[in-house]
Amino acid sequence: MFAPFILALRAAGVPASITEYLALLRAMKEGVADFSVDDFYHLSRAALVKDERHLDRFDRVFGEIFKGLEAPEGEAPREIPAEWLRRMAEKILTPEEMAQVEALGGFDTLMETLRKRLAEQKGRHQGGSKWIGTAGTSPFGAHGYNPEGVRIGQDESRHRRAVKVWDQRNFKDLDEDEALSSRNMKVALRRLRRFARTGAATELDIPGTIGATARNGGSLDLHMVPERHNAVKVLLLMDIGGSMDDHIRICQELFTAARSEFKHLEFWYFHNCPYERVWRTNRRRRETERPMMEVLRTYGPDWRLVFVGDATMSPYEIIQPGGSVEHWNEEAGQVWMQRLTRHFRKSAWLNPVEPTHWRYTQSIGILQRLMENRMYPLTLAGLETMARELAR
Amino acid sequence: MAQFKGTERYVASRELEVAVNAAVALQRPLLVKGEPGTGKTVLAHEIAQALGYPLIEWHIKSTTKAQQGLYEYDAVSRLRDGQLGDPRVHDIANYIVRGKLWDAFEAEAPVVLLIDEIDKADIEFPNDLLLELDRMQFFVYETRKTVQARHRPVVIITSNNEKELPDAFLRRCFFHYIRFPDRETMEMIVRSHFPDIRRDLLREALNVFFEIREVGELKKKPATSELLDWLKLLTIEDMPPEALRSSDAKTALPPLYGAMLKNEQDVHLFERLAFLARRRGG
Repeated sequence: MFAPFILALRAAGVPASITEYLALLRAMKEGVADFSVDDFYHLSRAALVKDERHLDRFDRVFGEIFKGLEAPEGEAPREIPAEWLRRMAEKILTPEEMAQVEALGGFDTLMETLRKRLAEQKGRHQGGSKWIGTAGTSPFGAHGYNPEGVRIGQDESRHRRAVKVWDQRNFKDLDEDEALSSRNMKVALRRLRRFARTGAATELDIPGTIGATARNGGSLDLHMVPERHNAVKVLLLMDIGGSMDDHIRICQELFTAARSEFKHLEFWYFHNCPYERVWRTNRRRRETERPMMEVLRTYGPDWRLVFVGDATMSPYEIIQPGGSVEHWNEEAGQVWMQRLTRHFRKSAWLNPVEPTHWRYTQSIGILQRLMENRMYPLTLAGLETMARELAR
Repeated sequence: MAQFKGTERYVASRELEVAVNAAVALQRPLLVKGEPGTGKTVLAHEIAQALGYPLIEWHIKSTTKAQQGLYEYDAVSRLRDGQLGDPRVHDIANYIVRGKLWDAFEAEAPVVLLIDEIDKADIEFPNDLLLELDRMQFFVYETRKTVQARHRPVVIITSNNEKELPDAFLRRCFFHYIRFPDRETMEMIVRSHFPDIRRDLLREALNVFFEIREVGELKKKPATSELLDWLKLLTIEDMPPEALRSSDAKTALPPLYGAMLKNEQDVHLFERLAFLARRRGG
């Protein structure tokens, strides 16, 4: 019955399976959601979505599939609080935009159109509670009304039921392709953490020994286990200054998130492209500088190397000796890049620039090639892919 | 069928009610996620109360094993009894210690079972409980006995998202994400806890609260439980609402801020921001 819905969900990347679909159907049969679209929406969401990162996708698909499903009549807002709208408009519109509104016949004419449109929509009962702010053809959308703010009735509790909940897209922030908050990052970074027992059996397994001894009827039976430790060691190299200034905040978030996750985490800064020197504290750069060779010697090949940078610079900074913007570098950036990626068995580059813009910047392409395509966007999805690659 | 509705002390959104009712009707676990302090654990208490079932709580720690929820074989006391020649030693059943799941399965009447903070445990933990939660039965190897649920308990599982839960586990659950309440809902929540709080005090307090939450870089944003604690303190101290308007008070911090800002960096940050805001305003 809802097969197209499930298929659409899967196409949108919500991993809903047949088990969940059957659960939904059974719940419908049990009468959990009786004759109410909202309840059906809540029910299908509870049954089909298991991860808050997918809630936004679910909302979008739901809106698309069940377009035209009506809230029961009598609930669409019939009266527009004109005063309220005007207040909203004054708050949101700039003077220039207000002038534009005036040019179109003034606020009252606009209100009149709006009123007509609402009446018309009520009559048709098709997409009737579609909010005017979201309608592309509506003069309201065209004049800079914030679509979130001007959804009529949304602020009024008596109209609340008429708002299509899935149209609000409340969970947008939780979608994994949206920008990151520091908590989201923690979730993704935890992937890197591999609580694996590795190495030889070196530790006396006391509960195991006691258990086995007791089961043996009192004669001693020793058991050993490998020591448990966090196997992941991470070396963070972060690009600081210059074109990265926009992204420093997001990088710091990544850094703070990462710091609490690993026992072994080292971080160093570079500028634009790694050369023969890196430093620990940007403010006290001179005092905390270290030769890159020393870094290579200090951290073994089993460390995971993660670059964070926008990789946006002049191509010469990578391919030419002496190409650096701040000092004369004997060896080209790409030589250092190769040295680094060869020394560390696992490495990746996180890029805060949106992937859609990557191909417009030559230097990103060069570094992407140097990293053998292990450059990932700085989003939850990108972090997950990176973590999976690195943990492999 | 028993229906779950928000109670006097717990404001439940319609979506939450639907999710809970679906889980109860289909006898499947309900997985609840959400920001810390939005009432995930309290939810289980309220469901138990609304349905009139007793509540069995199983709090998970990083060292908790799935087996501990079923039963434990206390080999050490058996060893001791064996040394002392206690006759109990001959019956292995004397050394089987029941876990919470066993308690829930063997209960006379249906119960609500809360598995709290499942993400704290080892990554394999949810997998180890798959069959038990699905069939509501398990096998005791020592006594060769199968424990079968008399009444399928209502299982509520909470998670703080510290670990990913395995897909196979998720597929068997209903899922609800508790969103952070908006101002209106928050007012309802506060009113349900403090029915006779002064209107102006509540308004000022909510202003301050949402202001603090809007500060982007806080390490720990205050949530519902912090707000309730803070309001309790304010009412005990009988704080006048004017005192909450930090902009013209001598200090930038709201009174009794300790209930809401939980680490010193956040306190410093907030102080600095409030100071800047005041300078700009004044």
